[in-house]
Amino acid sequence: MEHRIIDQRLELLRDKLLLLGGATENALHRAMESLTERNTELAKKVVEDDNLINQMELEIDQLSIEILALQQPAAHDLRFVISVAKITPILERIADHAGNIAEAAIILNDEPELKPLPDLSRMAIMAGEMLKNSLDAFTSEDSATSREIIKQDKSIDESYRRVFGELLRIMIENPLVTTSAAHLLFVAKHLERIGDYVKDICELNVYLREAAFIKHSFEEQ
Amino acid sequence: MENKISVSNLNFYYGKSQALFDISLEIPNNRVMAFIGPSGCGKSTFLRTLNRMNDTIPGTRADGKVLIDGQDIYAAGSDVVALRRKVGMVFQKSNPFPKSIFENVAYGIRINGLHKNKADMDRRVEKALRDAALWNEVKDRLSTSAFGLSGGQQQRLCIARALAVQPEVVLMDEPASALDPIATQKIEELVVELKKDYTIVIVTHNMQQAARVSDQTAFFMLGKLIEINPTQTMFTNPNEKLTEDYITGRFG
Repeated sequence: MEHRIIDQRLELLRDKLLLLGGATENALHRAMESLTERNTELAKKVVEDDNLINQMELEIDQLSIEILALQQPAAHDLRFVISVAKITPILERIADHAGNIAEAAIILNDEPELKPLPDLSRMAIMAGEMLKNSLDAFTSEDSATSREIIKQDKSIDESYRRVFGELLRIMIENPLVTTSAAHLLFVAKHLERIGDYVKDICELNVYLREAAFIKHSFEEQ
Repeated sequence: MENKISVSNLNFYYGKSQALFDISLEIPNNRVMAFIGPSGCGKSTFLRTLNRMNDTIPGTRADGKVLIDGQDIYAAGSDVVALRRKVGMVFQKSNPFPKSIFENVAYGIRINGLHKNKADMDRRVEKALRDAALWNEVKDRLSTSAFGLSGGQQQRLCIARALAVQPEVVLMDEPASALDPIATQKIEELVVELKKDYTIVIVTHNMQQAARVSDQTAFFMLGKLIEINPTQTMFTNPNEKLTEDYITGRFG
């Protein structure tokens, strides 16, 4: 295969996306740690670092547009640039949710600690793993794995429903902890949304690999 | 969709050298078909088999079938002059006659005896120039030399000349490759416009041009048809690795 000018730009785009993916994973991981370890300093750092992620998003946007305008990619190259350009804002939004979780942690860490919620911990672990695996699958263009990850979102949704019920019960039983419970409910919702976003990333990997659109349960081909 | 042209198992030879191998494809009516492929892949040779322009080259030979409206154009007794009237051609380099703009367009009408009288001739020339999107630029100087026109205008004049004899198919062999981007854009807009009334087959080295103007794209390599698909499929998800490698510039 001959070396093409576009290859260098595509590699740079891939690297930038992977860095953004790593930073997003890291933000989610640290946000949850700040909550479980009641580490407000760490939570503040997560909120602060969101700027860096926004900056990375901007750079990928610019590079994607540059490649489309100057290299006029086709076929797999085109699908790659489109997928990256669509995954980037998804990662940025996941990082926003991580930031929101960290903000909740800052409030919760000043409140009395609630009893542990195993389903919430499970949601956090699953969301983190799904995100990591979805990015690995994208890197290796393994669409079969992406299709498997999409199915896992159901478990997060089920956990979310259980956490919701549990927190509602806690609020009814002990109105004094309503503030904490409400914030934890938001945390659970953020994790549930992250699961949905990971699904979108997986769908884009299927598009990259198979040129098939599977979002909104619409499968072409 | 009705097929205007239907080619089956076409082989073509320049003397002993085979240039096309077992080509079969259908070209639908009122659509634009683009042929792409590296230099020497046979796409222009194939284009010229569609109105037997290769017959003018000594030692060439075709076997297989080329049906236009169901008629085999290579059948014994086939009328080549009538064929070329029905299947017009526009070349890479514009080649107006050293005559006035009007006469360039009128020439084909006159030798084919298509006009009833002078008024009819004027009407036909105007229509051809309008169809070629040139009328507004030349209507006030029809009697001036065609050589006074710009390159892009000369090419559209050649298109008008091809359209004047009322063809049904227009073959275009890299019609915009010698033109600047603005003139190229005009030709491309014209191609899209013309498909309402004609079936267009265009050979181009410019992949973006094929992507912009054609409904279907056929990719040729080493005299073989590698892939034919709707243009949208061809440029987003081609079936063949060879096609992907070509359109993404992995070889050329």
